[in-house]
Formats: sequence, structure tokens, C-alpha cells
Amino acid sequence: MSDIAVPRIRPSRDIASEGRAAQFVLIGIAVLFLMAFLFLPLIVVIVEGFRHGPAKFLQALADPDALAAIKLTLLVAAIAVPFNAVIGVAAAWAIAKFNFRGKNLLLTLIDLPFSVSPVISGLVYVLLFGAQSWLGPWLKANHIEIIFAVPGIVLATVFVTFPFVARELIPLMQAQGTSEEEASLTLGASSWYTFFNVTLPNIKWALLYGVLLCNARAMGEFGAVSVVSGHVRGLTNTMPLHIEILYNEFNFAAAFAVATLLAGLALLTLVLKSALEWRYADSLAAAQQH
Amino acid sequence: MALLLPRLREPSVIPGFGLALGFTIAALSLIVLIPLSALVLRAASIGPTGFWAIASDPRTLAALRLSFGAAFIAAAINTVLGLLLSWVLVRYRFPGRRFIDAAVDLPFALPTAVAGIAMAAVYAPNGWIGSIADKLGFKIAFTPFGVVLALVFIGLPFVVRTVQPVLEEIERDIEEISALLGASRLRTIFQVVLPQIYPALLTGATLAFARGIGEYGSVIFIAGNIPMVSEIAPLLIVIKLEEFDYQGATVIALLMLIISFVMLMLINLFQAWSRRRLGDV
Repeated sequence: MSDIAVPRIRPSRDIASEGRAAQFVLIGIAVLFLMAFLFLPLIVVIVEGFRHGPAKFLQALADPDALAAIKLTLLVAAIAVPFNAVIGVAAAWAIAKFNFRGKNLLLTLIDLPFSVSPVISGLVYVLLFGAQSWLGPWLKANHIEIIFAVPGIVLATVFVTFPFVARELIPLMQAQGTSEEEASLTLGASSWYTFFNVTLPNIKWALLYGVLLCNARAMGEFGAVSVVSGHVRGLTNTMPLHIEILYNEFNFAAAFAVATLLAGLALLTLVLKSALEWRYADSLAAAQQH
Repeated sequence: MALLLPRLREPSVIPGFGLALGFTIAALSLIVLIPLSALVLRAASIGPTGFWAIASDPRTLAALRLSFGAAFIAAAINTVLGLLLSWVLVRYRFPGRRFIDAAVDLPFALPTAVAGIAMAAVYAPNGWIGSIADKLGFKIAFTPFGVVLALVFIGLPFVVRTVQPVLEEIERDIEEISALLGASRLRTIFQVVLPQIYPALLTGATLAFARGIGEYGSVIFIAGNIPMVSEIAPLLIVIKLEEFDYQGATVIALLMLIISFVMLMLINLFQAWSRRRLGDV
């Protein structure tokens, strides 16, 4: 975890650095601030989650509505993440390996969901597929449920997590260029063979990194999903929505128990992310530059 | 490259352009572009008088002012804090540095609803920090200050992660030269080092600002959501939807999108202008 004994390469009187006292104060402020500001909320979640003992904690998670919420969250992520991974690879392939007109526009449009409020991301689907929309009566006549049902939740989640994989892959694939693929193709390999045996090994860690971030957001998304879900207990509640309902009912113990589960997911994401960053720093370096 | 204007793309032996681009554009259109244009079309069908009536409603204006104002203040605070954190993480070696470095991403990874109820628990009048502040006669939760606090939490990683790589790339020689020429350390930092990271700092602050404008989950639990006081614009959209006021929701959403895009465009133009003026750093 810590790296204490870094040998000093520079002379001890370093003119291009701050004095020891100043360093000490700045490090102190940074660490104290992070403790109070970032860690405290996390600690509160875990303490409140276990306040009434492990039995109550498990009981809150074993509740049928909580189980349904966990299942729905996993289902939504299982659809949204692979979809965005495939689209992310396709987008990165087109953008990084070719020069074409409108490339910058395409890049901007892919990033668009990042600058749209999650609530608006949900709202657009309500306007498109809701009962009052132009499509609404037709959908109702054909018994197709999108809003206040699982398809709407999946769509909103895909919208919000759309850029994650593409953003990690594009800078890396641009840095890698096309020479390896050209060599493979010139030697007679087929297109798909080249993709799976040349390109994919080159991008696998960045792809995994993107998938990891995409998954964390997909499982934790709240605003967009909240608007399209309709909050039907046991049917259209994801874990974050279930937390909100429990919290608003003043069932804090259960709310924090489910929240602890999601906080655990966040910690796992951070650990895996850091492991990837340390282990494969070189192959991720290009992706870190944006 | 761009000289071959009549061609849509440069010739290449790499296959799959049509497939990859087709897939991307199809998904982008279906998931992002068509739904967003539904919002614009819907707003257009309301008509200027109806649009203006909703847009000039005091409650709408108060919510927009709070969302943009709090996001701006939070971005400004994050600029200072983010710079300090990146500086400490890049320049100093201390026990636990890597742990702190990894922890900076916590707000990225923590679901917003979890962050929301956790911050409410910490800063509410009976919470861990809130109770101390309450004794001092200071209310954090259920005020606009709580909104700012939530947005500082959410936006912090954006600044750190944008500034950090740039700070790592800076050549230390220039600082040594500056010191040898007799400049004090503070003068070296402010006149030699910081000008090199201003663009990254502005980019990070812009990302934090953009995220803060639309943030919902982490804010609503701590804000108290008092109309005209601590009610953010995304929440007002949700309230309008719950009242089946689709026009109201549409207009507020479109206003939010227009204002943020204009602001982001202005910041980008300023970035481009300052890069031309100061040279590419």
C-alpha cells in the first residue's frame, strides 16, 4: 500500500522543491481533508449498515423486494455493459483506425451523454415512449411496455454509460496506429482473425478498464433510472431506487444495509481499477492522457 | 489529410470501416440522438408563449440559478482543492500516497444515491459533523450550502485526474533555473509552474462544473429540497413529471441543456484563444 523508502536521487537541499515544513503542512491538509470529506461518508454507510448487527443486515438484504432489486440491477448491467462494450470497440475502431470527415463531430456526439443531466437522460425516453408521447397509444395497443418497465431502465442505463468504453479505447488505439493490423492482413490473415488475434490482445486491458467503469456506473445509476422506472416494488426497482424508497420511509437500517452492498461494489471497482493501473500502466498510459 | 476533401475518408487497407461506423452511428442515433431530438421537438410544439410562461416562472428560475450557481461555486472550490491534492500526490512522497491516490476516485465509483444518503447522515443536524456545526449555529444540510458540498464531493476527481498527468510531465529544470536566478519558491510556483497547468486546471474545473449542473442523486438527500431555496433544476424536472406536467419538465430540461452547452462552448473558445495567445503547453 505505502511506499515509504524512496531513495532520494536529488541532493537533500532541493532548490526546486518546497521546504520540509511546507511539505508537511500541505500533505497534512490533503490527507485530513480526504479523510473527513471522502472517507467519512463511506464509513458512515458501513457503520449505519451494520448498526443493528449482521443478522439485521442480512435480513434487510434477504427481503424479497431487496432481492428483486439486486436481481434487476444485475440484469440491467448484464445487458447494458456488453452492449456498450461492443459499440465502444466499434466506435474506437472507426475513429482510431481511419481518417474520415466528421470524425470530430462523431467524437463530440459520443461524449454527449456525459454533459446531459441523468434526469434529462431519463426524461427523453419518457417523452419518446411514455403514455402521452406520439408512440404511446401505438405501444399501448400492441402491449409493449417500455416506460415504467425493464426496457426503459435498460435504455436509460445504456444512454448514461454510452461513452465509457469508447473513451478509454480511442486514445489508446490512436496511439497504437495501424501497422500491426496492416502486417497481419498483408501476411494473409482474415479481417476477423486480425481483429481477434492482433487488435484485441493490444487493447484488452484498456477494454477491461472501460468495462469496469461502465459497470460501476450502470449498477449505481440513479437519476436516469429513477425517471423511467415508476418505482414499482419488486418489479422495476433497482438497488439505488430501493435505497431511496427505504430511506424516505425512514427505514434507515435497511437503506444503509443495501447501500453497504453498493459501497462494497464501489470499493471492489476501485481496487480492481488501481490493480489494472499499476500492473498495466504502459498499455493504459495512452488512455489516461485525455 | 484534409486536402483530399472530395473523399469521405482516406483509402486504407484496414477492413471494417463501414461495419464499425455503421454500428456506431446506428447505436448513437437510436440511444442518444433520436431521444434527444424528441426533447427538442416536444419543446418546439409548446409554442413561444407557453415556453416563456414556464421559463420565467420564479420557481424555475430559482432552481436553475441554484443548479448553475452551486455547480460554479463547487467547481471553483474543486479547482483549489484539486490543485492542492494533485500537487501533493505528484510532488511529495509519503506513506499511504498510493492509497490516497486510489481513494480520489471514490466519488466516481460510489453510486450517487449511496453518496447522497451518506452525506445526509454526516451533515444532517443529528449527523456526525452536522451536530457539531449545529452547536456552532451553522446549518449545512437542507440549505444551498449542502448542495455545494455534495457537488464538491462529486466533482473533485475530475480536477485531480485532469491536472495530475500534466503536472507529472512538467520539466523540473525550469524550476531550478528560476530558483538559481533568484526567484523565491512561491514566485517560481505562481509564475513558472502554475501557468503551465492552467489549461488542464480549467478543463478539469469545466468537467466538474458540467457534472455538477446535472447532478441529482447525491444532492437530493442533503438539499432538503425546499422550493425557491434548495430545490435543484433536475429535481424540479422530476417533480413536474410526477405531476404529469410534461411540458414543464421539457422546457426546464431544454433550458438546462441550452445554458450548459452555451457555457461549455464559451469555455472551449476561451481555452482555444488562450492556447493561441500563450502557445501550446
